[in-house]
Amino acid sequence: MPLLDVRDLRVEFPTRQGVLTALHDVDFTVDRGERLGIVGESGAGKSVAAFAILNLIGRPGRIAGGSILFEGQDLTRLSTHQMRRVRGDRISMIFQDPMMTLNPVLTIGTQMVETLKAHRRIGDAEARRIAITRLGEVKIPSPEKRLESYPHELSGGMRQRVVIAIALLTEPALIIADEPTTALDVTIQAEIMSLMLDLCKTHGVGLILITHDLAVVSQVTQRVVVLYAGRVVETGETARVVQDPVHPYTRGLLAALPGEGTPGARLNQIRGSMPPLTAVPEGCPFNPRCDFVEDRCRDALPALEDLDGHRVRCVRARDLASGVAA
Amino acid sequence: MAIVAFLIKRLLQAVLVMFVISLIGFSIQDNLGDPLRELVGQAVSEAEREALRDRMGLNDPFLEQYWRFLGNAVQGDLGVSYHFKRPALDVIADKFPATVDLVIGAAIIIVLVSVPLGCWCAIQPRSWLSQAAMGASIVGISIPVFLTAIFLIYLFSVNLGWLPSFGRGESLVEIVPGWKTGFLTGEGISHLVLPSIALSSIFLPLFIRLIRSEMMEVLEQDYIRYAWAKGLAPRRVWFLHAFKNTLLPVITVGGVQIGLMLAYTILTETVFQWPGLGFMFIEAVTRVDTPLIIAYIIVVGLIFVVTNTVVDLIYTLVNPTVRLVGAPS
Repeated sequence: MPLLDVRDLRVEFPTRQGVLTALHDVDFTVDRGERLGIVGESGAGKSVAAFAILNLIGRPGRIAGGSILFEGQDLTRLSTHQMRRVRGDRISMIFQDPMMTLNPVLTIGTQMVETLKAHRRIGDAEARRIAITRLGEVKIPSPEKRLESYPHELSGGMRQRVVIAIALLTEPALIIADEPTTALDVTIQAEIMSLMLDLCKTHGVGLILITHDLAVVSQVTQRVVVLYAGRVVETGETARVVQDPVHPYTRGLLAALPGEGTPGARLNQIRGSMPPLTAVPEGCPFNPRCDFVEDRCRDALPALEDLDGHRVRCVRARDLASGVAA
Repeated sequence: MAIVAFLIKRLLQAVLVMFVISLIGFSIQDNLGDPLRELVGQAVSEAEREALRDRMGLNDPFLEQYWRFLGNAVQGDLGVSYHFKRPALDVIADKFPATVDLVIGAAIIIVLVSVPLGCWCAIQPRSWLSQAAMGASIVGISIPVFLTAIFLIYLFSVNLGWLPSFGRGESLVEIVPGWKTGFLTGEGISHLVLPSIALSSIFLPLFIRLIRSEMMEVLEQDYIRYAWAKGLAPRRVWFLHAFKNTLLPVITVGGVQIGLMLAYTILTETVFQWPGLGFMFIEAVTRVDTPLIIAYIIVVGLIFVVTNTVVDLIYTLVNPTVRLVGAPS
């Protein structure tokens, strides 16, 4: 049984213009100690999926269907109180911008100790000892002193290290990292990413890495889910998806990576942009931007086609996979 | 020492502000009416009046008068009240404790009501209590203090007879020589209730709305979402993580309001015949007691300056990103 099994997850936002569906019947699983990437452009529903797992979707959004099985219980059915025992204990979250994540008026120590004390019956001294150990693990110099620091006294990279240390405090089974390096300096991104990778491996903790950066995904994760307009369009083993992408959207994302082009040449990009939830096109949601579009793409939503383990939501999945497509 | 530098800077600013206040205060005195009319009776002839004006220096050029006033003022002499025939500062010192009682009473009510209600309105904006509080605050902010005061007197003093309608009562306790408070006896407190409510009524809606909107904004922040994601209890998220961040702007506005409250005591004290600064000021105006009026303006100005400085100091205690007091790093 996988650690996390998300099935037919549907998230809706009732608005004045009607109900917007941010996630349509999304499925994915994470095994114990496995690292899964969720990829897509802004607005694809990546963050919504992350927050849905912790049942923290901002109002008026709500989980409208599906199940989220985690360690044998359905998170969508838990009471507020039961859900609180999962959050920050069994599942930790790392947010995008470490500048905004830590509370500016509380010390690092306070914010670490409170997390432990919310989930364990331990004293302050013991909690501080664990906090210092974790700060050491994320390679923060003189961790005892840092406990007394306020967030603004640390750099962005240091703050994200603190957030990672907090995520590890309770030895969770799963960490959800929502674009954990996007807000950081480019020089620090790789450092933080490899630190996260090491810690996930040594602690045997599962990871859901949400990002738009396929290069990072290919380095860190074992499996990947590509989201487009709230639907899974391609999923499979990371190595296979990155090497032989099938869905035109995934191909576009990969072609857009700067490393692939010749120096000095214009970077590739997918034409057009992700449709807003109010205007998702009929049929395949990607059809207006697709280079391989056919008439039938505009009629009906393609099903997820299974090419032995590598699943693709495209009517031409088999052609494209075998390279027949023109 | 950062704190010393800060205080010196503040002191220089304060001197400048006080200079401007004194200049403005002093220059309006000629427009208040003729003090002689109140000082002497009808029977005094015009020649005698003119002689008296000369003796009092009222006929000197403005700058000469102001210079004399300033010279005395820096020595702590703001002139002698025409009516009380005593130094204006002594008169103010007599009335000051009554006004402080009233301001403290109103401040207690404001804090006790606006903090819980403002937080509740932010946390549960759709509950009936929040909607009622928001509605009531619109009404509250639109009703002038004297109307609230008269209504309170009508209801609680005249109709129900529960609370006294005027004065401070007989059983004041002297805590330090020359400083009496009504807070230490039941009778004193009963006299404080209605004036304090009346004075607070004008500030309550503002504070409830301020705390509500600030807290709502804070609750949208990433660090609050993160606090939820850590599995913290709602109590801790709301009253530590959110509330501490809400406090910063509230302290800033609150400090300025304390000064304003002093100004509003004029209305409240007049309705309740409260023997404080505001009541004294209104009487001084009707009696054209210019030295007392100017002294009042200067003292109130000084209180504004002092409260603002204190607010800035408190602000640094709550907000770690602003450190005037040497930061441990």
